[in-house]
Amino acid sequence: MMSENLVVNAEDLVKTYQMGEVKVHALRKVSLQVKQGELLSIMGPSGSGKSTLMNILGCLDQPTSGQYYLEGTDVAQLADNKLSQIRGKRIGFVFQSFNLLPRTSAIANVELPMIYMGINRGERRRRAVTALEMVGLGGRIHHKPNELSGGQQQRVAIARALVTDPAIIMADEPTGNLDSKSSVEIMGIFQHLNEEQGITIIFVTHEPDIAEHTRRVIRLADGQIVEDKTIANPRRAGVTEATPLEGGVHQPSLAVQGAA
Amino acid sequence: MQLWESITIALRALTINKLRTILTMLGIIIGVAAVIALVSIGNGVRQSMNEQFTSLGTNLLTISSGGRGGRGGGPGGPPGSQEEDTSQDDLLEKAAEPLTMKDVEALTDAAQTAHLVGIAPTYSVNNLSGGVVYEQEEADDVSVTGVTPDYAIVRNMTPEVGLFISQEDVDRRTRVAVLGYEVAETLFGTNLSSAIGKSVRVNNAQYEVIGVLPESGEGGFGNPDNTLLVPISTAQTRLGNSGTFRGSLQVSNIYVEVDSQDNMDYAEAEVTAVLRERHRLGTEYKNDFNIQNQAQLLEFGDTLATTLTAFLGSIAGVSLLVGGIGVMNIMLVSVTERTREIGIRKAVGAKRRDILTQFLIEAMVLSLFGGFLGIAVGYSIAVVLPMLVTQLSSTVVTANSILLATGFSAAIGLFFGVYPATRAARLRPIEALRYE
Repeated sequence: MMSENLVVNAEDLVKTYQMGEVKVHALRKVSLQVKQGELLSIMGPSGSGKSTLMNILGCLDQPTSGQYYLEGTDVAQLADNKLSQIRGKRIGFVFQSFNLLPRTSAIANVELPMIYMGINRGERRRRAVTALEMVGLGGRIHHKPNELSGGQQQRVAIARALVTDPAIIMADEPTGNLDSKSSVEIMGIFQHLNEEQGITIIFVTHEPDIAEHTRRVIRLADGQIVEDKTIANPRRAGVTEATPLEGGVHQPSLAVQGAA
Repeated sequence: MQLWESITIALRALTINKLRTILTMLGIIIGVAAVIALVSIGNGVRQSMNEQFTSLGTNLLTISSGGRGGRGGGPGGPPGSQEEDTSQDDLLEKAAEPLTMKDVEALTDAAQTAHLVGIAPTYSVNNLSGGVVYEQEEADDVSVTGVTPDYAIVRNMTPEVGLFISQEDVDRRTRVAVLGYEVAETLFGTNLSSAIGKSVRVNNAQYEVIGVLPESGEGGFGNPDNTLLVPISTAQTRLGNSGTFRGSLQVSNIYVEVDSQDNMDYAEAEVTAVLRERHRLGTEYKNDFNIQNQAQLLEFGDTLATTLTAFLGSIAGVSLLVGGIGVMNIMLVSVTERTREIGIRKAVGAKRRDILTQFLIEAMVLSLFGGFLGIAVGYSIAVVLPMLVTQLSSTVVTANSILLATGFSAAIGLFFGVYPATRAARLRPIEALRYE
């Protein structure tokens, strides 16, 4: 399973929470492989375990059991500090609620992960400006979040996610708080980054609308993967009419396993 | 992450909520200012006490009649001489012999070996009727003391105008007087020279004023400015009646000046030996006289001032502590308020240590900056206070108290910042991000 171009290689991920007397099985043996340069979405209703999966894939949380190799490194049982380091260098996050630091300029927000990587001030500035230009905010680098529209704030968040040149960008409902016009723009940026820069991007969403933009869609229910399909012709952002989906279950490298 | 980055982040966080930052600092400012100001009062008291004792002569032994536990002369025994006290505890007591001119002569004979450079017997006149009178003016409660010329040397007194009492005055028992500053001012006004040559009436006898002493300030025990000095022989036989003991005139006290401060203890022992022999005290008896060592008094005063300083400082320390708790309170609120920020920072790669240092530095900046402002405020209070409170002659701000206050406020920032900062650092990123 240790293929060179696998960014994510997760085997039998299990996550159980103890909620008082009740044991909650958030993930029941989920296995997932993601190749370098993929654009995929993880779908499912709330309670399906998709947020838990995202947290584990994003190294924000640890699985109760199972293996998780990120770029070939076993990260399943790493200590808190080690996970922080990996998050900072190899993973970019884009959240539904943007999660920018308030009262802090766009450029300072984008510089933030690099501060914790120990990159010097000049280099930080240069890379942050480049990242902001890539998302089309080159002219607003000194604006604070409350001076930017929702769509612009999300672009700042995307710039922050990609500035460290991560292995994956995890996007959790990235258009959930945006109007339809901004949503299209944001999806356009993601698609562009994926195609032009070859960045691996994982969307976590319950909106089919977003999932339509990705070539691969994984459906989660009750903590298990119930569907893993490839869309031959994903919708291009900005193209309004639905592109006909050519379904087909994407099978080869990924095992969809049910467990109880 | 470099320390400098942490400091920048902390400073930015503090400038965001300025009012809260200032109010929190105020607690520390008041605490530190109180420490500086109160300790400066304590040190001021020490300084003026030292000055007063020094002006009495630091190399001074004061001998008075009566054993320890007896009516003993002078202000309470200094702690320095207490070993002597206990060493004599199991000895017998003998009815105290008064000090006499014979004792003075014996000390004079031993002066060379005992390192004594001045021996000044005094006789205090107690049976005065009325005050010191010149024409219509009268000075009350004047202490009239008979002295010898050595008194001027031993007590560091040189007349402001006129002369001091001479050996000739003592030999001839002349009726001359040297006035203390206050007495002279009461009787003759501020033109002191006008007093010279005038006659003042004491106990219905006329005394010619030959000198006036300079103003000493309100120093020492009893007021040296409200005094009138006459030749000792005059005091013993004309003005008062000292009576004799074994054919020798009695004296009240003998002041002895030692050549250097290092020889104080040796001189004290020598004087003790001479007087014990003179008073024919066998080894089974206690001293029937009392020697007060000025160096010990100085030490005693110092101890007193240290205690006072510590007392005032600890009161101020309490307010500093309260200020520190204020810092902790605000830091805890701040951690809760910024839970989401902490989550974001952790999500993008901040380690526990990064979050810990950020909040710790915030707390330190609050208390250190407050500490610096507090030093400025406390220093100003220390400067202004003596102008407002006349009893307080001076205040002294020492480098020590500034260092102490700075160190203490830094320690408070550290101590009260650790808990909130640890709480922040331990937050789990997924929970922190979910926090609304």
